[in-house]
Amino acid sequence: MNIIKTQPKSITTESTKYCPGCGHGIVLRLIGEIIDELGIREKMILTAPVGCAVVLYDYMLCDVVECAHGRAPAVATALKRVHPDKFVLVYQGDGDLAAIGTAEIIHAANRGENLSVIFVNNAIYGMTGGQMAPTTLIGQKTTTSPSGRTAKGMGKPIRVCELLTTLEETKYLERTTVHSVRNINKTKAAIKKVFQNQMNGVGFSMVEILSMCPVGWRVSPTEALQFIEEQMISYFPPGVYKDTD
Amino acid sequence: MAENNIGSDSKRVLLKGNEAVGEAAIKAGCQCYFAYPITPQTETPEYLSRRMETENRVFLQAESEVAAINMVFGASAAGARVMTSSSSPGISLKQEGISYIAGAELPCVIVNVVRGGPGLGNIEASQADYFQTTRGGGHGDYRCIALAPNSVQECYDMTMNAFDLADYYRMPVFIQSDGIIGQLVEPFEMHPYKPMFEKLPPKTWALTGCAGRKPNVVRTLYMTPADGLEMLNRKLEQKYKKIQSELRWFENFNCDGADLIIIAYGATSRIAKSAIKKHNGNGKKVGLFRPRTIWPWPDIELVEIAKKNKNAKFLVIEMSMGQMLEDVQLALMDIVLKKDILFYGMGGGWNPTPESIYDKISETLKK
Amino acid sequence: MAKKAQINFEKCKGCDLCIAICPVGAVHKGGKGNKKGFDCVEIEFEKCTGCGACYIICPDCCIDIIEK
Repeated sequence: MNIIKTQPKSITTESTKYCPGCGHGIVLRLIGEIIDELGIREKMILTAPVGCAVVLYDYMLCDVVECAHGRAPAVATALKRVHPDKFVLVYQGDGDLAAIGTAEIIHAANRGENLSVIFVNNAIYGMTGGQMAPTTLIGQKTTTSPSGRTAKGMGKPIRVCELLTTLEETKYLERTTVHSVRNINKTKAAIKKVFQNQMNGVGFSMVEILSMCPVGWRVSPTEALQFIEEQMISYFPPGVYKDTD
Repeated sequence: MAENNIGSDSKRVLLKGNEAVGEAAIKAGCQCYFAYPITPQTETPEYLSRRMETENRVFLQAESEVAAINMVFGASAAGARVMTSSSSPGISLKQEGISYIAGAELPCVIVNVVRGGPGLGNIEASQADYFQTTRGGGHGDYRCIALAPNSVQECYDMTMNAFDLADYYRMPVFIQSDGIIGQLVEPFEMHPYKPMFEKLPPKTWALTGCAGRKPNVVRTLYMTPADGLEMLNRKLEQKYKKIQSELRWFENFNCDGADLIIIAYGATSRIAKSAIKKHNGNGKKVGLFRPRTIWPWPDIELVEIAKKNKNAKFLVIEMSMGQMLEDVQLALMDIVLKKDILFYGMGGGWNPTPESIYDKISETLKK
Repeated sequence: MAKKAQINFEKCKGCDLCIAICPVGAVHKGGKGNKKGFDCVEIEFEKCTGCGACYIICPDCCIDIIEK
């Protein structure tokens, strides 16, 4: 018997604390595969966010710093300035990046910091039990928008890729999803691209990944795939928003 | 532990307190500096924006004080010597980050040039951040070492020491300056960097990429008892106890045989000294006890002086409504009644004058 | 020798994404709980074509693609 595909070596063999059907788990494996393929585990320094991925240091077998909520781009800026030869990976969720950390991501992007950013957008605050996020859709019910999000009073969801395209120092911005095999494969290619951009000194590169949160959305994992297909991608269209290569 | 000596190859220069802080950081090998402009400390980022560039180090004006302290967190986690500076409202913004730095046992230097508060306050000198600095400031059980300069020389010396103390004890070290000391222009000895310790522990915990070793994790979240948040707190407690027994800097000016002992630090101590010098010789003797570390506080040394001068009166003078006063009351609680520790303070970013302190001394001694 | 998917029963969280994604309907609920209490999936060896879709969508690295 030959093993053709098994889990990547750069991630833990233990079970994660992610819920059944959570998109973070898929992204974790993709990152692990790419680290294995590029052979960069020993050069990596990863920033863990506040959110469901806070214990990323239990899952990823590399140097990790657990950051204050939203501050990962600032922490990563310093890490990269101190160790320009190391690979610094910024991993954030929608609360971390688009709510409390809006200033930090915009300014790290604006300074053109040579970082690779993975932004997991599941339109909800999962860790704290399902509150409204800056990327929650209009009409989407959450524990702090029980009647559904309204534009009046709450604003419309923030499209981060589009927002960051106006900053001239951003070099690569792509949005993908993990709700189907074809899209997961595209996500892997996008993550690889943002990794390679850093290795080639290209500059600030980010992939925004629309991801499932079945528990937060109060649906089954299979229904969560449908939510992305039927509701999220029309508001958050997947695609390459910037590619300065 | 040796404090800095003035070396033979030092220069006598004229600089502002804020600039002396910057130069000391350069000499101590500060690799990264992150800050945001705020009066009355903006001279430090301006000075370092030039000096860090000539020394090929990292200077970054951050988008906020919050971003700056998180950059400090990152640079420190990466193993670099790093500093930030700000003033009261900016220091408030940094408290979350400082709590993280303390919890992760990372070294760094934080300069607070205290101004009037609360709120936006004003841009004059104040000492009303004493509680914030010495009682933690951010959330959780932790402490920061805090050095309180009262001259440009001390701005220089103490900032240099701060980097060594931070690395030795693995924690944040404050330079608690104020709007007068930071703006003061004085000549001082700009001596070379002299390390406080023969050897500093290597930073084997730093994030440098895990080649040849197990991955390092810098974290402060410990969710289960097995993870050990209580263990971390106990470890920190032991560390702080050790520091309290080893690091107690103070100045005893004229306290022996004094009828009145003034307790003051920072700019207030300079102003008080002027008044004391003017007053002494008029029969009664006045002394000054000046804490130079406000955490740890040199309580044992004050008690010794109090025991030797049983009839002395005590007058705490602060540019606050009474913050260090509480530490003095705590220190002397077994030998001096609270009501007998007199207080002359002012809030809202105003400072006493030599004349007002002179009058206070006269008034106190008459009673 | 043919490629097949093989599941690590104890790691499975019963999310059923592999059931939804399998193009030949080779995956179904096993009706058995693992040590963690999840109702895990089973892969029908004969039906499986080893396409790897389940490996790609599994969030928990439960599935190996093997050649037997």
